[in-house]
Amino acid sequence: MTATRTLQVSSHGTVELKIPGRAEWVAVARLAGAAVASRLRFSVDEIEDIKLAIAEACTNSIQAAGGVDAGTIEIVCDAGDDELRVTVRDSSTGPHLESAEPGGLVEGRTEALGVFLIRALMDTVDYTTDPRRGTELVMTKRVTS
Amino acid sequence: MDIKVNVRESEGDAYVVDLTGEIDVYTSPKVKDAITELIDQEHYNLVINLEKVRYIDSTGLGVLIGGLKRVREHGGSVNLVCTNPQIKKIFDITGLVKIFGIFDDEQSAMKALV
Repeated sequence: MTATRTLQVSSHGTVELKIPGRAEWVAVARLAGAAVASRLRFSVDEIEDIKLAIAEACTNSIQAAGGVDAGTIEIVCDAGDDELRVTVRDSSTGPHLESAEPGGLVEGRTEALGVFLIRALMDTVDYTTDPRRGTELVMTKRVTS
Repeated sequence: MDIKVNVRESEGDAYVVDLTGEIDVYTSPKVKDAITELIDQEHYNLVINLEKVRYIDSTGLGVLIGGLKRVREHGGSVNLVCTNPQIKKIFDITGLVKIFGIFDDEQSAMKALV
């Protein structure tokens, strides 16, 4: 008699990553985010969206710090059954760019393009700045397939 | 992660910039330098070939927009070659499909410059 067992793999989990807040480290954050996203049932296109959104969040942190060194950027990926929640924290209390309108891009206003992309690619996006602790971006994407 | 930039002269006064790799906040200055150098040498008709680009972020888009603005001041143009669906999607979302000519092959992009 042969017993059949189904292997049930949970996608629940939290991955935390800290990167130096410099341009050369952003690729590490986006690849790690993509790896976590691939644990859920996201399509390849959706994983690419998440990858870009994480990179844009890190880039925004670096730009808010003057474009050189944002100290440490912390990326926390919380994977649920049907949703990935990504938190990106930095210690900058400086102004993080708000979303640019597409019309502004045509006129050459490109500096806030990153946040525009984050809002377009993710389901929810929330920026909060604490004068003592820095800025936190929380964004989520739901599995649609 | 890196970007490879190759610049070559094409028909007439047009130049082609072949890009290979990933364009992000770290690598985009290299792309910007190549485009700026061409414009400083008064080459205002450019085809930027993104066929071998696997990834582009807002800083990469910003470099392309900056180049387009500068060549337009001199009556020139920037056309793009792009077949990667994910990258085309980014141009679509941002509305940049309306300001760049985006073509499936270099020949079409070159032909549309004139």
